[in-house]
Amino acid sequence: MAETICRALRDGAFEGEHAPALTIKDTIDTPLGSLVFNYILTQLASNILAGKSQARGVVLVALSRPPSFYAEVLKNKGFDVTSSSKWLRVLDCYSDPLGWKNKLMESGTVRNPYEEAVLKTSLCKNLKELDKVLSSIVELGKEIVEEEKGRFAVAIDSVSEVLRHSSLPSVARILSHLRSHDQVSCIFCLLHVDLHEVKVAATLEYLSTMHADVEPIIPRTNKQRSTSEDLPMVEQCFKRGKFHREELYVEGPGIKFVEVSSEDGIIAQSLVPKVQFNLELSEKERLDRAKVVLPFEHQGTGKPIQIYDGRKCLNESETEKQASVDKPQTTEDSGRGEIIYFRDSDDEMPDSDEDPDDDLDI
Amino acid sequence: METARANLLEEAVGVSKGGRVVVVEDCVETSGAFVLHHYLKRSLHPDSSDVVVFIAFAHPFSHYERILRKMVSSRLVINGREAREDGLLALYGEIEKAVEIYSSLEGSRTITIMIDDVSLMEVAANGSSNHVLDFLHYCYTLRAKYGCSFVTLNHEDIYSSANMLPLILQSEYLADVIIKAEPLATGLASDVHGQLTVLNKESVCDLGGGSISKVRNFHFRVKESYVDYFYPGTQT
Repeated sequence: MAETICRALRDGAFEGEHAPALTIKDTIDTPLGSLVFNYILTQLASNILAGKSQARGVVLVALSRPPSFYAEVLKNKGFDVTSSSKWLRVLDCYSDPLGWKNKLMESGTVRNPYEEAVLKTSLCKNLKELDKVLSSIVELGKEIVEEEKGRFAVAIDSVSEVLRHSSLPSVARILSHLRSHDQVSCIFCLLHVDLHEVKVAATLEYLSTMHADVEPIIPRTNKQRSTSEDLPMVEQCFKRGKFHREELYVEGPGIKFVEVSSEDGIIAQSLVPKVQFNLELSEKERLDRAKVVLPFEHQGTGKPIQIYDGRKCLNESETEKQASVDKPQTTEDSGRGEIIYFRDSDDEMPDSDEDPDDDLDI
Repeated sequence: METARANLLEEAVGVSKGGRVVVVEDCVETSGAFVLHHYLKRSLHPDSSDVVVFIAFAHPFSHYERILRKMVSSRLVINGREAREDGLLALYGEIEKAVEIYSSLEGSRTITIMIDDVSLMEVAANGSSNHVLDFLHYCYTLRAKYGCSFVTLNHEDIYSSANMLPLILQSEYLADVIIKAEPLATGLASDVHGQLTVLNKESVCDLGGGSISKVRNFHFRVKESYVDYFYPGTQT
């Protein structure tokens, strides 16, 4: 899955189609979405540097992490950060999204609130004006490609953060603008699903061509947020998660994807402990079992299947009466008999605890 | 004995290189204020030169001073100002100014920003959790430049699970360490006051899921001047 996603983003937009878009979704149960985001970013970066991708560079919109964090991520992956300006631009919406620092600096409360940037960064001081954000993304992208024809990728590290400042329709507008832009090769973004209403995830899924869900390996059955009761599970959720048909493991500062074979997957899902005998059915066995005709079932008479359990069904007797009124003589009814049995009051109860032979004198 | 036991919390939280975000969540039955006091005590220990920027909504400063005097042998004076109500922007300005001044002084010191507590800050912001999140976001930006640490206290049970407000989830997404104080599942006990669950996200990233467990659960008992931490069943 992860490889397919990276390949799709690398190949970029096809002629006459919108750019491919990926939404990475996670929840607080497995908060590994940002690790997946970093993984995809670095994969795309290495494709760009190798000249394999359609995109010539990336515009990274940093909302939930500072640009220095991404510099560190790239450095850990062995990228040369100093020469990254050729293919990377960061739109810093993290440091001052509402312009507070700017105001404080102008009023003289603080001297220099901004961090020195290692990456080539441009600062966004008002996240509420999304049109300006959009035009700065496009401008930064054009800076990288330098020509009319080249394309660039857009990475948004938290749509949740944008949604906190703007409405869903305006965010959707920006995303679809970017997707339909001539020079955008691909878009990927991260969404923390549980911070929003259900419609937000749905809207973003409509706007994207792929969605990658990071889920707990074993879904939580109770919605309670009490963690003290299932510590091992909570710990597992921080270390690994399900990524569609793959599992992802946290390894060092990054993550690793491992393909899960379908057989393992079924066992993991059904939570059956490993035993020596076989508790699971294969597909063929399952089909064969479904074909077996049980002796007490009525088949093919067109009537609902009835299973005789010794008693007469109430509904049935009623419908029978109805039928007999409507059609007094039917061939089916002619062969029917009835056993009438009145239990003798002197008879013993069938399930009496008494020993029936206790009056025997031997 | 006291230091050996206090280490259980320290051990679970671990030592970090730079600043980090610690979120303490408690509930009505079990107050988590003592975790805050623990951090306060550690930062203001006579041997360390660390600085604490304390934003108090829950109690007057004299309250914390009294607690500190009990916990730490030497007397510490907190220079505090009453929080004014002219908006969170002004409050943030004050914090950043203080951080800027202290970080420009000589010697390496960690600056810890503590908030007691976030839910009352929400009340001060007229119930707008978005405002509070903006404020917290700005506080977190100080980490990148100055390497500040954060310790915030919030009450989990006032955000009902059906309508989970983003305030508590958002701070959990951004936190490096989450400490939850809960009552015992079996009810109240005379010698155990509750349980702490420490989720350390940092250690999993650093150690790659090595043998060191990053989710820990232990019991505690708050005493007159210190807190006992022990694993379930080890208290005789």
